[in-house]
Amino acid sequence: MRRLLVARVSQSLIVVFIVTTISFFVIRSAPGDPFSYASENVTPAVRDHWRAQFGYDRPLLEQFGRYLASAARGQFGYSFQMREPVSAALAQAVPRTLLLTGLALGLSFMIGLVIGVVQAVRRGGWFDRISSSVLLFLYSLPDFWGALMALLIFAYWWPILPAGNIVDPVLHDYMGPSAALVDRLRHLVLPVLSLTLLTMAGISRYQRAAMLEVLPSDYIRTARAKGLPEREIIWRHALRTALAPMITMLGLLLPALLGGALFIEKVFSWPGMGMLAANAIAARDYDLVTATVIVGSFMVVIGNVVADVLHVAIDPRIRE
Amino acid sequence: MCFMSRSIREFVNNESATAIAIARLVRHRSARWGLAVIAVLVIAAIVGPLLSSYSCIEQLDIAHLNNAPPSWSHPFGTDQYSRDVLTRVLCGARVSLAVATLAVLLSMTLGTAYGLVAGYAGGRLDNAMMRVLDAFLSIPRVLLLIAVLTLWHPVPLAGLIILLGTTGWFGVSRLVRAETLTAKQIDYVAAARALGASDVRILWRHLLPNVISPVIVSATLAVGNVIALEAGLSYLGLGAKEPTASWGSIFFDGIELFAGNWWVALFPGIAIVVTVLAFNVLGDALRDVLDPRQLHLARALPEEVTTKKSLSS
Repeated sequence: MRRLLVARVSQSLIVVFIVTTISFFVIRSAPGDPFSYASENVTPAVRDHWRAQFGYDRPLLEQFGRYLASAARGQFGYSFQMREPVSAALAQAVPRTLLLTGLALGLSFMIGLVIGVVQAVRRGGWFDRISSSVLLFLYSLPDFWGALMALLIFAYWWPILPAGNIVDPVLHDYMGPSAALVDRLRHLVLPVLSLTLLTMAGISRYQRAAMLEVLPSDYIRTARAKGLPEREIIWRHALRTALAPMITMLGLLLPALLGGALFIEKVFSWPGMGMLAANAIAARDYDLVTATVIVGSFMVVIGNVVADVLHVAIDPRIRE
Repeated sequence: MCFMSRSIREFVNNESATAIAIARLVRHRSARWGLAVIAVLVIAAIVGPLLSSYSCIEQLDIAHLNNAPPSWSHPFGTDQYSRDVLTRVLCGARVSLAVATLAVLLSMTLGTAYGLVAGYAGGRLDNAMMRVLDAFLSIPRVLLLIAVLTLWHPVPLAGLIILLGTTGWFGVSRLVRAETLTAKQIDYVAAARALGASDVRILWRHLLPNVISPVIVSATLAVGNVIALEAGLSYLGLGAKEPTASWGSIFFDGIELFAGNWWVALFPGIAIVVTVLAFNVLGDALRDVLDPRQLHLARALPEEVTTKKSLSS
């Protein structure tokens, strides 16, 4: 177990290094640099001065070497757009995204799992047929479409929920503690709801297929023959095996925890990682862009390692 | 109906895996729906703009036709630049479908070739190729696309297709490699080699047909996925550029004014969802049909058909 972990983590570090290299060179090889798009009133001399100050006038390889050296010390550069170190900008955005996606992912797995199991058990029944069509529809909705529809319905036509932001931009500071909490929760509902619906659809489709594969097994028949109550057979014996593919799914969805909810964040102006990345790209805030790509790929890698380790932990057959 | 079942029977008795798959697909109820919707969309995309009396980009009567609600002469209304939305949605179908199809074609070719070579070569080369793939797979695709599309600002449509294609093949590659690893163990590959077949011939004639099923399923699902992705990029203002219409860019044009002029965004939005849905339905059906474990059942099918026939006659 430990050897597997060490091997996977060291492989992952190499992967993160490769991704860092790729994203650094892709971004730096774009025409222009952060300073060529500053206000027109800035003279070329000042631009050159800035370039020299931040090292953008050096050869690309030297810039890369310096970047790696400072990244190794935990400094990922300076964000021109946020006017603060990249690490500070990330430290602000990461918890916000974690709150949104963590809640949505947790809810998606709980709801998706239950729906998938019930569908598989009553395969072909009315619940299976109706929910399968609804889920396929949700699964086919592009993220931004689903989010925009939720926004239109619950914030515009029937305005019971706020349309965006984490808290009320004006009133929040003047609220008492309980009112402030309610304000926070109300702002969470729509983003979490849309993200949950869209993610949950994929999960339950997957869970249904996994359950259908397990249900005809011999050991389920044995459990039935033994006279175990049906509920126990399904939720304890069958589900345990059918959870293995869900771990793969978890590994794939974990990266979304930090990087993926970009469209949802954009629609609901939720200032998390996705918004941060989109804005950084638009402002040619190179160091911030590179850092968000690195964080994103880091999450993918962590997702893979977590999935691998969980697989080994629950399945004795691959433990060897 | 009788004609239909006879043609199916002929297909099935043909016994080739492709024929069996096609027969099963035609009988699959949701596959028929998916295929029908896609066929209608493709025909509308090809013929629609030709039949329409308006042009995709030309502005009509600016004074009277700006943001006109749906009417008989403009069933989907007109947009803020007084262009006919129906015509634009039909033109958008061309762009969206073409971009997605070409991008998926590119990524499936890349992914299949890479996976085949890695799986067939095995050993160290395979290992190295898979590590590279791990790195590619861990790049957040949406972020990379947004970065490249923004930094090289006006990216032409061909560039968009190439970008979508070259960032979408990693998953398929893994699938194909895994399939190749099992397929190359089968005796007929050894037999082909013993007969002196070259590596290229073995890959192309013997392994490729064996690993193509999952590629077809992924490709179908990927088309829907890429249409949604392109629409998302357009929503961020990064997809097809004005005045070229893709469903995403028309939707993006209209969504700002959705409250007052719902028709500009609603129809391309519906088009996106229906198309993605159709490709997902078809992809699911193809998976049912092409699943090798179910293919064994299909092999037993001719008997079943003949027994039924003898019973009825």
